[in-house]
Amino acid sequence: MKKLCLIAAATMIVVAPALAADENTLTIGMTLSQTGSLNVDSVAQQRGADMWRDEVNAAGGIKVGNQRYKVRFVTYDDQSQGGRVQQLYTRLILQDKAQFLFGPYSSGLAATAAVISEQYGKLMLVTGGAEPKIFELGNKYLFQAITSADHYLSGAVEALRSRNPHARVALVYSDDPFSKAVALATRDQARAAGFALVLDESYAPTTTDFSPIINKIITSKADALLGGGHYPDGATLARQLYDQKANLQWVTLLVAPGNEEFARLGPAALGITVPSQWEIQATYKPQFGPTAAEFAKAFEEKFKIAADYHSASGYTGGALLQHAIETAGSIETDKVAAALNAMDVTTFFGHIKFATDAKHHGLQIAHEMVLAQWQMKNGNLVREVVWPTAARTADILNRVQ
Amino acid sequence: MFGIVASIVDGVLIGSVYGLAAMGLTLIWGVMDVVNLTHGAAIVAGMFALYFLTSAAGLAPYAALAPILVGGFLVGMLLYWIAVHRMIGRPPLMSLLSTFSVNLVLIGLGTAAWGTVLFNVPVTLPGVSWHGYTFPGTHLLAAALTAAMAGLLYLFLYHTRLGKAVRAVADNREAAELAGIPTTRMLSLAFGLGVALASVAGMLIATLFPFTVLAGDAYQLKSFVVTVLGGLGNPAGALLGGIALGLIEGLAAPFMPVSWTLVIEFVLFIAVLIVFPGGIFALRRS
Repeated sequence: MKKLCLIAAATMIVVAPALAADENTLTIGMTLSQTGSLNVDSVAQQRGADMWRDEVNAAGGIKVGNQRYKVRFVTYDDQSQGGRVQQLYTRLILQDKAQFLFGPYSSGLAATAAVISEQYGKLMLVTGGAEPKIFELGNKYLFQAITSADHYLSGAVEALRSRNPHARVALVYSDDPFSKAVALATRDQARAAGFALVLDESYAPTTTDFSPIINKIITSKADALLGGGHYPDGATLARQLYDQKANLQWVTLLVAPGNEEFARLGPAALGITVPSQWEIQATYKPQFGPTAAEFAKAFEEKFKIAADYHSASGYTGGALLQHAIETAGSIETDKVAAALNAMDVTTFFGHIKFATDAKHHGLQIAHEMVLAQWQMKNGNLVREVVWPTAARTADILNRVQ
Repeated sequence: MFGIVASIVDGVLIGSVYGLAAMGLTLIWGVMDVVNLTHGAAIVAGMFALYFLTSAAGLAPYAALAPILVGGFLVGMLLYWIAVHRMIGRPPLMSLLSTFSVNLVLIGLGTAAWGTVLFNVPVTLPGVSWHGYTFPGTHLLAAALTAAMAGLLYLFLYHTRLGKAVRAVADNREAAELAGIPTTRMLSLAFGLGVALASVAGMLIATLFPFTVLAGDAYQLKSFVVTVLGGLGNPAGALLGGIALGLIEGLAAPFMPVSWTLVIEFVLFIAVLIVFPGGIFALRRS
């Protein structure tokens, strides 16, 4: 009897996921970093994806020919670790029978997941991995929904040049794949802009004490800082720049200031700029899906917090997949991939088009970033778009401590 | 030149706080031969205690020191009875695994409650500016409070009956027991003290840097390096070890990429283990 029970239980464990996904359900698998250092941005991205799923299901599902498919997510916590991502994406494909995949948050984890998705021929949309390298490996089913890392700071460089053509720049960045890819491109962009690169240094992503680096920045007599990494290190660096009165006229940090949580730093956040994939004030005219204002309102009503670019990119990943499936009229991977290859659309998130040449297949080539800055408005810290000038909602503020 | 001096001073200020954290670790090792792997969790507990005492209870940041010290002590005593008491006298691996398990549970509970979001306790204190470099007031006060805590620990260990009893247990538990010292009580007291010191160190670190639930691991690792530098079981050596580590970090930073600091720390860790297995500052066991 005991044996029988065991066999029955084991059978249920293996069969249950397959039973759960009936014919009119589309299973999309992904991991998110519910724990670990990537938690803040990853959860924000997931909220966006969750909102898309709920909206699609409330509207009856994704339309494929005469049928409608409800969307079911299977998610796991990757703990911000690449090792977990490898195991879990294999599980998502083999055990949970995911038909499509969304990438995990961050370039490092997305690169790990891409090895698995490509190996099993599964289509994966990357909405939180900006490093372009994984799109140079000949992957056929990998698509990037956000601007790639090599363009992350180009707006900041241009904006800085408009304010100070002879800036002395300190490039200080986290030693992770995404930040290194950004730094690699920024180095050339800064030199081409005529800036003097007076400090070029990386730090471990787990760094908590930035005093030695800040002392180096002061010694280098830099007046501008470009760099950062992800949320924990970026926010910590910003706080210590303030505490140690680094006296920089310009600070652009990656990712961290793009999150609403950054306002917790209070005065240390003031004047910090961040390259942003999207801001609430965006005025793109979407060909399908909500406008930026509609998305932001619905998001705030649902989650009681303001939307940021991670949540917007998470939502966009779903919207793009839906559009591709509906255009293809099929849920077959090759047909949906072909629809994505042919896609050239504008959503509330911006213009989206994927590279189709063999050397960069899936790389995002149309989406543009904006530069946002934390400013004080009516006694509250808010993010304003300050670059490009065509999209700006406020003038650039001088960052003087 | 000013940059190098500023870097060294900063290193020493921060290093002393690392030394305070390591004092907690080394005290427990010295008294009961237990490597306390709840050390990182105790540091994080101090950080969160500061956050909640200041944000929810409205306490001034440094007024939170006393409740955190007392709270850390009581929690430490409780932890001793839960995770350590039955492991005393058994192979070191047992207490190592036991405290490691408790650490996992505590961090897991913390993650479930607060996620791994970054917390920040804004503390504004006027700093000291010197040739363009600023030593924040929080760094200076953290070092001063560390010195005060180390002084109090010294007074306790060397000038009170209870402290002498703790040292007696550390030196020879059987002899201490024969002399009528309640050794079990002394062990729980030492564990409580160790956790209290780690919590206060965590609180001071939280006045300097933002933190997450997972922040403890990095500081625990630093405490191990400092403990080895200062000599296992030697609280004074731990403080000196922390200062020495800060000094080395500060001295190295201007001349090489800061990402090399960890490499230097661990090369030093191994070198000290080989050349001075008892620690550089372990002239005699306190």
